[in-house]
Amino acid sequence: MSQILIRFLVGGAVVSAFAIIGDLLKPKSFAGLFGAAPSVALATLGLTIATEGASYAATESRSMIAGAIAFMAFASCVSWVMMRYKMSALLVTICSIPLWFGVAFGLKYIWLK
Amino acid sequence: MQIKVDLSGLHQTQLHEYAIRFFFGGLITAIAGIIAKEFGAIVGGLFLAFPAIFPASATLIENHEKQKKQEKGLRGTQRGREAASVDAAGSAMGSVGLLVFASIVWQFAPRHSTWIVLMGATVAWLIASVLVWYVRKQV
Repeated sequence: MSQILIRFLVGGAVVSAFAIIGDLLKPKSFAGLFGAAPSVALATLGLTIATEGASYAATESRSMIAGAIAFMAFASCVSWVMMRYKMSALLVTICSIPLWFGVAFGLKYIWLK
Repeated sequence: MQIKVDLSGLHQTQLHEYAIRFFFGGLITAIAGIIAKEFGAIVGGLFLAFPAIFPASATLIENHEKQKKQEKGLRGTQRGREAASVDAAGSAMGSVGLLVFASIVWQFAPRHSTWIVLMGATVAWLIASVLVWYVRKQV
């Protein structure tokens, strides 16, 4: 339980820090780079290496490659839909989350067996 | 195009908006740990690149741009959507850096010091992301 709490606090702090850096930067396309910062990974991997070992963290990182490809598909889809159709950011981002799951788990079954 | 630091961005964001990002960031980090424990490192690792705060951040950008235009007497709806779209395009470019980060940790974590690997991977993420952004701007 305490480890979950530590993950929550560290994760919240790291994600917020990268988001604040993004808020400060212009142009918007450059600030957007920080929306794809490895914040969750940074908050998690140090603790994972300490508790489960480096090999376990390496396996997680290999899967993260599939997650990053899914992230690219997700963010590209959000950008394209928002530019083309008159839909709110919240609706487009939430409706695009299944795309992330599809690509991430599709790659898992193809590549990460 | 010049990269600038604009401190007014800090004043635009309200306390509850910071709290929402903290909450979702913390939540997905905790959930990623629980998933890894329940389903193993392969499934858990996918969630290290989950767009946890993306909906909150995109909404925030959309609302802030809209507010700016409304202060000038305009509706600002279209401008808000465009700003969120451009930000998402930047995140798509940044995901190349995320891929580089993950590859470095995958290859080097088992044989080298944790903190050096994580620091090196973070620097590589930044360089790769900025490089992709710069090349995209030149094309």
